[in-house]
Amino acid sequence: MGTISWRWFHLLASPPYVFRLAGQLGPWLAAATVVTLAAGTYGGLVLAPPDYLQGDGFRIIYVHVPSAYIGLMAYVLMASAAACGFIWRIKLAHAVAVSAAPVGASFTFLALVTGAVWGKPMWGTYWQWADARLVSELVLLFLYLGYMLLRAAFDDRDKGDRISAILAAVGVVNVPIIHFSVEWWSTLHQGPTISRLDAPAITMDMLAPLLIMIAGFTLCFAWLVLRRLQAEILEREARTRWVEQLVTQGAV
Amino acid sequence: MSEFLAMGGYAVYVWSAYGITLVVITLNVWLAQRRYHQARRAVSRPDGRVAPVRQPTVRRLT
Repeated sequence: MGTISWRWFHLLASPPYVFRLAGQLGPWLAAATVVTLAAGTYGGLVLAPPDYLQGDGFRIIYVHVPSAYIGLMAYVLMASAAACGFIWRIKLAHAVAVSAAPVGASFTFLALVTGAVWGKPMWGTYWQWADARLVSELVLLFLYLGYMLLRAAFDDRDKGDRISAILAAVGVVNVPIIHFSVEWWSTLHQGPTISRLDAPAITMDMLAPLLIMIAGFTLCFAWLVLRRLQAEILEREARTRWVEQLVTQGAV
Repeated sequence: MSEFLAMGGYAVYVWSAYGITLVVITLNVWLAQRRYHQARRAVSRPDGRVAPVRQPTVRRLT
């Protein structure tokens, strides 16, 4: 048992193995993403009943919550990968962090924009500097951008990986702040809808499309990161025998 | 159908939120594909031959 898990661990740190695995998973993830997002969008826009307070305006939840979730989850993934790369000097871990960053940043941006568009009709404003959830989410976007800019500032890739990993890891303190901001400082943003311990504050016919959308966004995120990871691996391993073999076989 | 498009008076907000989502996801897919193909081009030379592999320098001790 122990040997099997160690074998797995070594395989997952092996660039050729991960490159091939990503290539094999890609089409399945892409297909699953299209089906899931189509089903979730139909459920959210057509099947779910209008909210008793917000009417049809609440349907923005089906794109807002999944993008905010991906923005947070991607940051945790990026920071843990960067930390693993820093501590154990695993280059593949840095490659994962680098691949997750732009995707996570774009979904954080999407969460901010869809939140603003939702805030206008419900709160009467697009933005509120006094709201902790809004400001901490903006800080998350800046952490992503800071990580990418800092990394890009180094000509030496290894050095850029290591220095930017520190920024990514330190930025993790923002994640619980975002999560609990609606409870610690309740201003405009509403409290949690589905992650409450007792029972979700939402009925099943409204919840199902949301869960499907979260699954769809996660599949999409996985596809995007694996595609970028393949590119990152190819570049980092450009002068190795296995990439050379891929090129001669015409497999890339 | 027009009732569906009207979104109970929230049409502008709902459709712009879904529109920007579509744009962000499409851009993400396009950029990831572009990134992958750029890396592919970088490792395989245009003439289809293997990119030169840097050989380790061996210095004779004599």
